[in-house]
Amino acid sequence: MTGDVHAAVVRAHRTEWARIVAGLTRRFGDLDVAEEAAAEAFATAVERWPADGVPPSPGAWLTTTANRKAIDRIRRELKRDDKQREARMMYDDDPPEPVGAIDDERLRLIFTCCHPALAMESRVALTLRMVGGLTMPEIARAFLVQEAAMGQRITRAKAKIKAARIPYRVPSVDDLPRRVSGVLAVLYLVFNEGYLASGEDTDPVRQELTAEAIRLTRLIRGLLPDDGEVAGLLALMLLTEARRAARVSAGQLVTLAEQDRGAWDAELIAEGHRVVRERLSSGVAPGRYQILAAINAVHTSAPDVRDTDWGQIVALYDQLVRIDSSPIVALNRAVAVAELDGPEVALAAVDRLGDRLDRYHAYHATRAELLRRLGRSAPARDAYDRAISLAGNTAETAYLTRRRDQLRP
Amino acid sequence: MQYLVSVIADESNSGTASEMAAIDVFNAQAQADGHWVFAGGLADPATATVIDGRGAEPVFTDGPFIETKEFLAGFWVFEAPDLDVALKLAAAGSKACNRRVEVRPFL
Repeated sequence: MTGDVHAAVVRAHRTEWARIVAGLTRRFGDLDVAEEAAAEAFATAVERWPADGVPPSPGAWLTTTANRKAIDRIRRELKRDDKQREARMMYDDDPPEPVGAIDDERLRLIFTCCHPALAMESRVALTLRMVGGLTMPEIARAFLVQEAAMGQRITRAKAKIKAARIPYRVPSVDDLPRRVSGVLAVLYLVFNEGYLASGEDTDPVRQELTAEAIRLTRLIRGLLPDDGEVAGLLALMLLTEARRAARVSAGQLVTLAEQDRGAWDAELIAEGHRVVRERLSSGVAPGRYQILAAINAVHTSAPDVRDTDWGQIVALYDQLVRIDSSPIVALNRAVAVAELDGPEVALAAVDRLGDRLDRYHAYHATRAELLRRLGRSAPARDAYDRAISLAGNTAETAYLTRRRDQLRP
Repeated sequence: MQYLVSVIADESNSGTASEMAAIDVFNAQAQADGHWVFAGGLADPATATVIDGRGAEPVFTDGPFIETKEFLAGFWVFEAPDLDVALKLAAAGSKACNRRVEVRPFL
């Protein structure tokens, strides 16, 4: 396949996958049919486009092909006495039924994949597969589980949606606030997988995932403008995304301290700050995403890393620890503490998390940096090695390798 | 689509008068809304008999087929268009009978 055609398929996959899966799900009411037909359509594109040329409207071509594949598949599976159903299905080209305030197929797909009757891991896996279009190995890698286990989880979730008849729709106004917190958790995980993509053959940053997460969060914000956590998550994503261009250089991760702040996206930062200020003035106690957004607002307010208000950042982390006692929050707090109280105090705090974070690359990377600052090269090297072996992101691996190799013997 | 809502209990015949009254109110509402199919309370698992009729002669064994701390104390069968509706009914039923419940779709 020539480079141009390959690029066209990749681009179409990024922009069209979720829309096609969502459209097929609406029409055929079956996630399995939708996913397999969409995958078959892309496989056909890979076969045909090099010979026939890229169609003028790749999205329309893929949609038509996927619909045909789905019909073929259902036809093969239908029993003879289902002829009537078949006839109905073939001619069902009606426009989608109205869904109220928002008519976004992808949002329906997201709320279905994030239904509270599904386990959290299943919701994330299913959303990444059906909405994000990630492959099974990519999802398995992102969540440190075996591919077979991940496949089983997705299969079970789809079977439950079908058998228990989990509806394909955005929940009613009464259910929305309760249901939205699960969706936010999933969107944040999707965003993070885009921001720090895993996999050896994967771009270190997958903008299609961060962009999709932001797009969907904006949609939900339009739906629930007074929900502080929706606003908080949007601000958090915007302020993180704003630093994307400065975050990777020559295939290596550039830490916050070393980033060229001139390369940050001023528009996204301004929008993020605006949302954070809006939430602060609401007077309502902030939740997890709003606090994380506030921390990012402090970082992005400093014209130079030396101007960073570390006292305020540690105070915000203290606030976060009170509502989220996870070891990852404690680890991030320790990074800020290192700037305020020195690496020794921070290392003591980090070492206390070893039991729970031993499989987490950032734990070892943080330890390595602190040990380095304390001049303890040998244990720092071991910690870098461990972090490198656990890190899934190529730019991060390159960065950690450079840092390790710079250590004096 | 029909859903079985099972009531989970760890004590027999422990329903209080106010729980019974709340269940009656809930049942009346489910009937009025067209969700009601069938419901019933079950006697203690100790009253169960397990029968194996697969051989030449049926074999009767005293007691439930599985000994657990928690057991099925009663159930509802509801008609509901989808799981969201079934979950709402189950949540209200759980509140009325003051017990945990499990929802499962019929095949």
